[in-house]
Amino acid sequence: MDRIEEKLSILADAAKYDVSCSSSGGKRKNNGGIGDASSSGICHSYTEDGRCVSLLKILLTNHCIYDCAFCVSRRSNDIKRAAFTVEEVVDLTMNFYRRNYIEGLFLSSGIFKNADYTMERLLRIVKKLRTEHRFNGYIHLKTIPGASEELLQEAGMYADRMSINLEIPTEKGLKLVAPEKNHDSVRKPLAFIQNQITHLKTESKLIRHKPLFVPAGQSTQMVIGATPESDWEILSTSNDFYKNYHLKRVYYSGYIPIQNDNNLLPQIGTQPPLIRENRLYQADWLMRFYGFDVDEIVDAANPQLDMVIDPKLSWALRNPALFPMDINKADFASIIRVPGIGRQSARKIVQARKFGKLHAYQIQQMGIAYNRAKYFIVCADSQIVLGTIPMETVRQQIIQQSIASKKYFNSPQLSLFS
Amino acid sequence: MIYRYDGSFGGFLCAIFSSFERKEFPVRLVTQTQFAASFFEESRLVETESEKAQRVFDGLEKSIGRTEAHSFFQAFLSEDSRAIQYAFNLLHAIFQGNKNILENYGDEQVLYFSQTLKKVSRERHRMKAFIRFQKSSDDLFFAVIAPDFNVLPLVISFFHKRYADQAWLIYDEKRNYGMMYNKVSVEEVQLAELDKNTLMHSSQDVQLGTTEEKCQQLWKAYFKSTNIVARKNIRLHLQHVPKRYWRYLTEKQ
Repeated sequence: MDRIEEKLSILADAAKYDVSCSSSGGKRKNNGGIGDASSSGICHSYTEDGRCVSLLKILLTNHCIYDCAFCVSRRSNDIKRAAFTVEEVVDLTMNFYRRNYIEGLFLSSGIFKNADYTMERLLRIVKKLRTEHRFNGYIHLKTIPGASEELLQEAGMYADRMSINLEIPTEKGLKLVAPEKNHDSVRKPLAFIQNQITHLKTESKLIRHKPLFVPAGQSTQMVIGATPESDWEILSTSNDFYKNYHLKRVYYSGYIPIQNDNNLLPQIGTQPPLIRENRLYQADWLMRFYGFDVDEIVDAANPQLDMVIDPKLSWALRNPALFPMDINKADFASIIRVPGIGRQSARKIVQARKFGKLHAYQIQQMGIAYNRAKYFIVCADSQIVLGTIPMETVRQQIIQQSIASKKYFNSPQLSLFS
Repeated sequence: MIYRYDGSFGGFLCAIFSSFERKEFPVRLVTQTQFAASFFEESRLVETESEKAQRVFDGLEKSIGRTEAHSFFQAFLSEDSRAIQYAFNLLHAIFQGNKNILENYGDEQVLYFSQTLKKVSRERHRMKAFIRFQKSSDDLFFAVIAPDFNVLPLVISFFHKRYADQAWLIYDEKRNYGMMYNKVSVEEVQLAELDKNTLMHSSQDVQLGTTEEKCQQLWKAYFKSTNIVARKNIRLHLQHVPKRYWRYLTEKQ
């Protein structure tokens, strides 16, 4: 293995805990150079853990002045260190992009010397790609907390997306494992970039060719299961960041134990909380695409998501008065709240019923999870049932069916054997 | 009535033209090569005339809009005779004035048509994702594919825009044709058997630069390092990257 391959192995390995690999929201068009954004993003491959590979995701260096207990690159960790040169990152990106391996670059870094010094190096790379190589592919750039606003402002001209990780969902949790850090240092730059985006939007009504500034918006990531926050606390934080910083995405990264020297953290050998992570993403989708408020999903009385069933089903079971719903009459916003019916199928239902009342056999063909949905809907040929639905029975039946079909395998008991 | 056509999209559109011209419906559509003569059913050969085909397509665009009209081309590329027959029937209904018929998902034919579209569209997306170019020593970026459906025509503009400053060739070895871009325009090409073998087993024969091998090696190293072993989930991996695509993926060699 030569030096560049060794560096790539070390710095990709160090970057892999950042789960974001989205390349959506790009708007760059090719004019005489190389690259043209696909606005919905493209996953070019998938690793054996089933995660998407869309971008060349690397650290510029894994040298770091901080000592965050949950991070593999923390300064007290005895690992191989490496650093790319600006040229090396540019060459790798161009060579991979030209072969259609990737949509672009995801560049992060450990903090060496200080925030500005690190940010300035990151900036040099993206600037070179955009100006010298006329590269119009996707660039996701990490904002280094504490870097000057001038540097962030310039970086935003070249990057499609910028992000800073909250790491731990609450300030209290963060202090336990990374006393040198705080949430304010994340909030401040997120707000700065968001203000620039908004500012440009209002201003650009007056100018013809508006310059692109972080067109794919900002995102953040929280580590799940390293510290003892409830799902309610986690989702409330997400809600806060979606509402107040207009983030495009909040990522949840199930903590993978990397050391045994810190008693506060799960020890090596502990399974990463993959089911919980999945449930959080489902809840996140409910908030972003299904019109749910965070307190409909979790609240003080139910602070944890149900691990056996998904959060939409869980919500429906807690609200028997709203069901069964007549799919020939209910509006789109109500239909998408039915367990087992997604946005696409709901759209089909709303269009198809204009041609005549829909029967159960038609609904079943439209790609909905009918075995779950059937308890909550009325079709043209459904028998009329009086009284409320016995939700505890429904819950048991759905769980039984899913165990039998093994399709809906997310119950924790089952996954032990799969 | 059976209509025999040449299997091209133009021929398909001309079949619609004939069906209206001769007031013949229902029609069963078969390609010349599939056709087996029957004593009981009359059949007619449909000539493909590009002018007629264009008239039909223009009429369709006018009637239901560009995107929806294009969806008939996409469904046609599925090469699925059932989907093509349903497309024919739906087209017939649209020209009879039933313009919104494609929204009637409660209907078996509409639903099957829409499901076919989804399958074709998924395959098109996969080709955008899974095509891997290799760079030959004369600077041609080439890739070999064998998609489930005939989606190459659907990805050309994507690659054209993206790789405007490099010459490339994408070759469908299953259907034996390719598209070649010479930095000016894209042209359809067919390779002789020998050249095809050369492309497929490329590393020896088409001369690859040393940077090409190096690049593939780096990509494989990256692919390995970015995986998280503690999260291993082969089932999910296979769901996203079915095995039939592996032989074309550099990182899976």
